[in-house]
Amino acid sequence: MTQLLEHTESLTGEPKTIEKVAIVISKGSLEGIYPGLIMANGARMEGIEADLFFTFFGLDAIRKDRWEKIKVATVGNPGMHLPTLLGALPGFSALATRMMKQQMEKIDIPPIPEFIELVADSGAHLYACKATVDMFGLTINDFVPQVEEIMSVGQFYEEAAGGQIIFT
Amino acid sequence: MTMTLIADAPVDVDAEGFLTDPEQWNEQIGRAIAAENGITELTDRHWLVVTFMRERYLATGTAPSIRSLGKESGVPVRELYQLFPKGPAKLAAKIGGIPKPTGCI
Repeated sequence: MTQLLEHTESLTGEPKTIEKVAIVISKGSLEGIYPGLIMANGARMEGIEADLFFTFFGLDAIRKDRWEKIKVATVGNPGMHLPTLLGALPGFSALATRMMKQQMEKIDIPPIPEFIELVADSGAHLYACKATVDMFGLTINDFVPQVEEIMSVGQFYEEAAGGQIIFT
Repeated sequence: MTMTLIADAPVDVDAEGFLTDPEQWNEQIGRAIAAENGITELTDRHWLVVTFMRERYLATGTAPSIRSLGKESGVPVRELYQLFPKGPAKLAAKIGGIPKPTGCI
Protein backbone atom coordinates (compact mmCIF):
# COMPACT_ATOMS: atom_id res chain seq x y z
CA MET A 1 0.00 0.00 0.00
CA THR A 2 2.80 2.34 0.94
CA GLN A 3 4.47 1.66 -2.37
CA LEU A 4 1.28 2.42 -4.23
CA LEU A 5 0.92 5.77 -2.49
CA GLU A 6 4.50 6.73 -3.24
CA HIS A 7 3.99 5.84 -6.86
CA THR A 8 0.93 8.07 -7.09
CA GLU A 9 2.88 10.90 -5.52
CA SER A 10 5.68 10.67 -8.06
CA LEU A 11 3.15 10.87 -10.86
CA THR A 12 1.55 14.03 -9.57
CA GLY A 13 4.77 15.70 -8.34
CA GLU A 14 6.95 18.28 -10.07
CA PRO A 15 7.79 17.52 -13.70
CA LYS A 16 11.15 15.74 -13.90
CA THR A 17 14.10 17.67 -15.28
CA ILE A 18 17.27 16.35 -16.95
CA GLU A 19 20.22 16.72 -14.57
CA LYS A 20 22.98 15.07 -16.62
CA VAL A 21 23.73 14.03 -20.20
CA ALA A 22 26.43 11.86 -21.75
CA ILE A 23 26.90 12.62 -25.42
CA VAL A 24 28.67 10.23 -27.79
CA ILE A 25 30.22 11.79 -30.91
CA SER A 26 31.00 9.06 -33.43
CA LYS A 27 31.34 10.87 -36.76
CA GLY A 28 34.23 12.93 -38.05
CA SER A 29 32.50 15.26 -40.49
CA LEU A 30 31.58 18.86 -39.70
CA GLU A 31 27.87 18.03 -39.67
CA GLY A 32 28.60 14.94 -37.62
CA ILE A 33 30.48 16.78 -34.87
CA TYR A 34 28.52 20.01 -34.43
CA PRO A 35 25.22 18.58 -33.15
CA GLY A 36 26.93 16.90 -30.19
CA LEU A 37 28.87 20.05 -29.33
CA ILE A 38 25.76 22.22 -29.58
CA MET A 39 23.86 19.83 -27.32
CA ALA A 40 26.71 19.71 -24.79
CA ASN A 41 27.02 23.49 -24.70
CA GLY A 42 23.25 23.84 -24.48
CA ALA A 43 23.18 21.43 -21.56
CA ARG A 44 25.79 23.42 -19.64
CA MET A 45 23.90 26.64 -20.37
CA GLU A 46 20.92 25.11 -18.59
CA GLY A 47 23.06 24.01 -15.68
CA ILE A 48 22.93 20.37 -16.82
CA GLU A 49 26.06 18.27 -16.30
CA ALA A 50 27.62 17.08 -19.58
CA ASP A 51 30.12 14.36 -20.50
CA LEU A 52 31.40 14.02 -24.07
CA PHE A 53 32.71 10.69 -25.35
CA PHE A 54 34.50 10.78 -28.70
CA THR A 55 34.67 7.51 -30.60
CA PHE A 56 35.67 6.27 -34.08
CA PHE A 57 36.05 9.20 -36.49
CA GLY A 58 34.51 11.47 -33.89
CA LEU A 59 38.04 11.46 -32.43
CA ASP A 60 39.08 13.83 -35.23
CA ALA A 61 37.34 16.63 -33.32
CA ILE A 62 39.85 16.32 -30.48
CA ARG A 63 42.99 15.31 -32.42
CA LYS A 64 45.65 18.03 -32.46
CA ASP A 65 46.50 17.27 -36.08
CA ARG A 66 42.90 17.21 -37.32
CA TRP A 67 40.56 19.40 -35.28
CA GLU A 68 41.25 22.43 -37.47
CA LYS A 69 40.67 20.48 -40.67
CA ILE A 70 37.15 19.08 -40.18
CA LYS A 71 35.15 19.11 -43.43
CA VAL A 72 31.57 18.73 -44.57
CA ALA A 73 30.89 15.32 -46.15
CA THR A 74 29.80 16.10 -49.70
CA VAL A 75 29.75 12.49 -50.88
CA GLY A 76 27.25 9.98 -49.53
CA ASN A 77 25.34 12.74 -47.81
CA PRO A 78 21.76 12.93 -49.10
CA GLY A 79 21.29 16.15 -47.10
CA MET A 80 23.53 17.95 -49.61
CA HIS A 81 20.94 17.47 -52.37
CA LEU A 82 23.71 17.15 -54.93
CA PRO A 83 24.65 14.46 -57.44
CA THR A 84 27.31 12.26 -55.81
CA LEU A 85 29.75 12.82 -58.68
CA LEU A 86 29.55 16.59 -58.24
CA GLY A 87 30.25 16.24 -54.53
CA ALA A 88 33.33 14.21 -55.37
CA LEU A 89 34.95 16.98 -57.48
CA PRO A 90 38.29 18.18 -56.10
CA GLY A 91 37.83 21.14 -53.77
CA PHE A 92 34.10 20.71 -53.48
CA SER A 93 34.14 19.60 -49.86
CA ALA A 94 36.42 22.54 -49.00
CA LEU A 95 33.98 24.93 -50.68
CA ALA A 96 30.96 23.48 -48.88
CA THR A 97 32.88 23.63 -45.61
CA ARG A 98 33.79 27.26 -46.14
CA MET A 99 30.20 28.17 -46.91
CA MET A 100 28.85 26.35 -43.90
CA LYS A 101 31.43 27.93 -41.60
CA GLN A 102 30.39 31.40 -42.80
CA GLN A 103 26.74 30.60 -42.07
CA MET A 104 27.62 29.34 -38.61
CA GLU A 105 29.71 32.38 -37.80
CA LYS A 106 26.68 34.51 -38.69
CA ILE A 107 24.61 32.84 -36.01
CA ASP A 108 27.51 32.93 -33.55
CA ILE A 109 28.42 29.23 -33.63
CA PRO A 110 32.21 28.98 -33.15
CA PRO A 111 34.62 26.93 -35.30
CA ILE A 112 35.30 23.44 -33.90
CA PRO A 113 38.53 24.17 -31.96
CA GLU A 114 36.98 27.20 -30.28
CA PHE A 115 33.80 25.23 -29.62
CA ILE A 116 35.75 22.41 -27.95
CA GLU A 117 37.43 24.99 -25.71
CA LEU A 118 34.07 26.59 -24.95
CA VAL A 119 32.39 23.35 -23.85
CA ALA A 120 35.45 22.32 -21.81
CA ASP A 121 35.61 25.74 -20.12
CA SER A 122 31.92 25.52 -19.38
CA GLY A 123 32.61 22.44 -17.28
CA ALA A 124 31.79 19.60 -19.68
CA HIS A 125 34.16 16.60 -19.46
CA LEU A 126 35.80 15.27 -22.63
CA TYR A 127 36.88 11.66 -23.04
CA ALA A 128 38.40 9.61 -25.88
CA CYS A 129 37.24 6.05 -26.57
CA LYS A 130 39.91 3.50 -25.67
CA ALA A 131 39.00 0.93 -28.33
CA THR A 132 39.33 3.52 -31.11
CA VAL A 133 42.49 5.03 -29.66
CA ASP A 134 44.06 1.54 -29.65
CA MET A 135 42.79 0.77 -33.13
CA PHE A 136 44.37 3.92 -34.59
CA GLY A 137 47.52 3.51 -32.48
CA LEU A 138 47.11 6.86 -30.72
CA THR A 139 48.13 8.10 -27.27
CA ILE A 140 46.85 10.87 -25.00
CA ASN A 141 49.55 13.13 -26.53
CA ASP A 142 47.70 13.06 -29.85
CA PHE A 143 44.76 14.86 -28.28
CA VAL A 144 44.11 18.49 -27.43
CA PRO A 145 44.61 19.39 -23.74
CA GLN A 146 40.85 19.64 -23.13
CA VAL A 147 40.64 15.83 -23.28
CA GLU A 148 40.78 14.55 -19.71
CA GLU A 149 41.19 10.85 -20.20
CA ILE A 150 41.16 7.85 -22.52
CA MET A 151 38.30 5.70 -21.33
CA SER A 152 36.83 2.26 -21.99
CA VAL A 153 33.14 1.86 -22.72
CA GLY A 154 32.65 0.39 -19.27
CA GLN A 155 34.23 3.40 -17.59
CA PHE A 156 32.12 5.66 -19.76
CA TYR A 157 28.92 3.97 -18.60
CA GLU A 158 30.05 4.38 -15.01
CA GLU A 159 30.75 8.04 -15.64
CA ALA A 160 27.39 8.48 -17.36
CA ALA A 161 25.45 6.81 -14.54
CA GLY A 162 22.30 8.65 -13.59
CA GLY A 163 22.17 10.65 -16.82
CA GLN A 164 20.72 10.46 -20.30
CA ILE A 165 22.92 9.05 -23.08
CA ILE A 166 22.76 10.74 -26.48
CA PHE A 167 24.41 9.09 -29.48
CA THR A 168 25.33 11.26 -32.46
CA MET B 1 2.49 36.74 -17.60
CA THR B 2 1.76 37.56 -13.97
CA MET B 3 2.32 40.52 -11.73
CA THR B 4 4.35 39.86 -8.61
CA LEU B 5 6.24 41.73 -5.90
CA ILE B 6 10.05 41.52 -5.91
CA ALA B 7 11.96 43.61 -3.36
CA ASP B 8 8.66 45.42 -2.66
CA ALA B 9 8.32 46.51 -6.28
CA PRO B 10 5.48 45.32 -8.53
CA VAL B 11 6.89 43.65 -11.67
CA ASP B 12 5.56 41.57 -14.56
CA VAL B 13 7.21 38.16 -14.85
CA ASP B 14 6.85 35.13 -17.12
CA ALA B 15 6.18 31.59 -15.89
CA GLU B 16 9.87 31.09 -15.04
CA GLY B 17 10.28 34.37 -13.20
CA PHE B 18 12.01 36.44 -15.92
CA LEU B 19 10.95 40.09 -15.99
CA THR B 20 9.03 40.82 -19.16
CA ASP B 21 9.57 44.59 -19.01
CA PRO B 22 13.24 45.58 -18.41
CA GLU B 23 12.09 49.10 -17.46
CA GLN B 24 10.58 47.78 -14.22
CA TRP B 25 13.98 46.58 -13.03
CA ASN B 26 16.29 48.04 -10.39
CA GLU B 27 19.36 46.74 -8.52
CA GLN B 28 17.37 45.70 -5.45
CA ILE B 29 15.20 43.53 -7.67
CA GLY B 30 18.38 42.04 -9.16
CA ARG B 31 19.71 41.20 -5.70
CA ALA B 32 16.42 39.62 -4.65
CA ILE B 33 16.29 37.42 -7.78
CA ALA B 34 19.93 36.41 -7.25
CA ALA B 35 19.25 35.41 -3.63
CA GLU B 36 16.23 33.39 -4.71
CA ASN B 37 18.49 31.53 -7.17
CA GLY B 38 21.17 30.66 -4.67
CA ILE B 39 23.52 33.64 -5.15
CA THR B 40 23.48 35.35 -1.77
CA GLU B 41 26.07 37.96 -2.59
CA LEU B 42 26.51 39.62 -5.97
CA THR B 43 30.17 40.54 -6.37
CA ASP B 44 31.63 43.10 -8.77
CA ARG B 45 32.33 40.22 -11.17
CA HIS B 46 28.66 39.16 -11.06
CA TRP B 47 27.59 42.74 -11.73
CA LEU B 48 29.99 43.02 -14.64
CA VAL B 49 28.22 40.11 -16.33
CA VAL B 50 24.70 41.20 -15.38
CA THR B 51 25.29 44.74 -16.60
CA PHE B 52 26.85 43.54 -19.84
CA MET B 53 23.86 41.25 -20.52
CA ARG B 54 21.38 43.97 -19.75
CA GLU B 55 23.09 46.69 -21.76
CA ARG B 56 23.55 44.42 -24.75
CA TYR B 57 19.89 43.43 -24.62
CA LEU B 58 18.70 47.03 -24.35
CA ALA B 59 20.95 48.07 -27.25
CA THR B 60 20.26 45.18 -29.66
CA GLY B 61 17.02 43.56 -28.53
CA THR B 62 18.66 40.16 -28.01
CA ALA B 63 20.71 38.77 -25.16
CA PRO B 64 24.33 37.87 -26.04
CA SER B 65 25.35 34.23 -26.60
CA ILE B 66 27.56 32.48 -24.08
CA ARG B 67 30.31 32.79 -26.68
CA SER B 68 30.20 36.57 -26.86
CA LEU B 69 29.60 36.77 -23.13
CA GLY B 70 32.89 34.93 -22.63
CA LYS B 71 34.72 37.01 -25.21
CA GLU B 72 33.38 40.49 -24.59
CA SER B 73 32.07 40.84 -21.05
CA GLY B 74 35.55 40.75 -19.53
CA VAL B 75 34.73 37.54 -17.65
CA PRO B 76 36.06 34.32 -19.25
CA VAL B 77 33.75 31.30 -19.75
CA ARG B 78 35.30 29.25 -16.96
CA GLU B 79 34.67 32.02 -14.43
CA LEU B 80 31.17 32.65 -15.78
CA TYR B 81 30.22 29.13 -14.73
CA GLN B 82 31.84 29.61 -11.32
CA LEU B 83 29.84 32.79 -10.76
CA PHE B 84 26.58 31.33 -12.11
CA PRO B 85 26.79 27.53 -11.79
CA LYS B 86 23.21 26.96 -12.92
CA GLY B 87 23.77 28.62 -16.31
CA PRO B 88 25.45 32.04 -16.69
CA ALA B 89 23.45 33.46 -19.61
CA LYS B 90 20.09 32.42 -18.25
CA LEU B 91 20.73 33.47 -14.68
CA ALA B 92 22.46 36.76 -15.53
CA ALA B 93 19.49 37.63 -17.75
CA LYS B 94 17.08 36.85 -14.94
CA ILE B 95 19.01 38.91 -12.41
CA GLY B 96 19.42 41.74 -14.93
CA GLY B 97 15.68 41.94 -15.52
CA ILE B 98 15.67 41.00 -19.21
CA PRO B 99 13.71 38.20 -20.93
CA LYS B 100 15.09 34.65 -21.04
CA PRO B 101 17.73 34.26 -23.82
CA THR B 102 16.34 32.25 -26.68
CA GLY B 103 19.53 31.39 -28.64
CA CYS B 104 21.00 27.88 -28.78
CA ILE B 105 24.59 28.99 -28.19
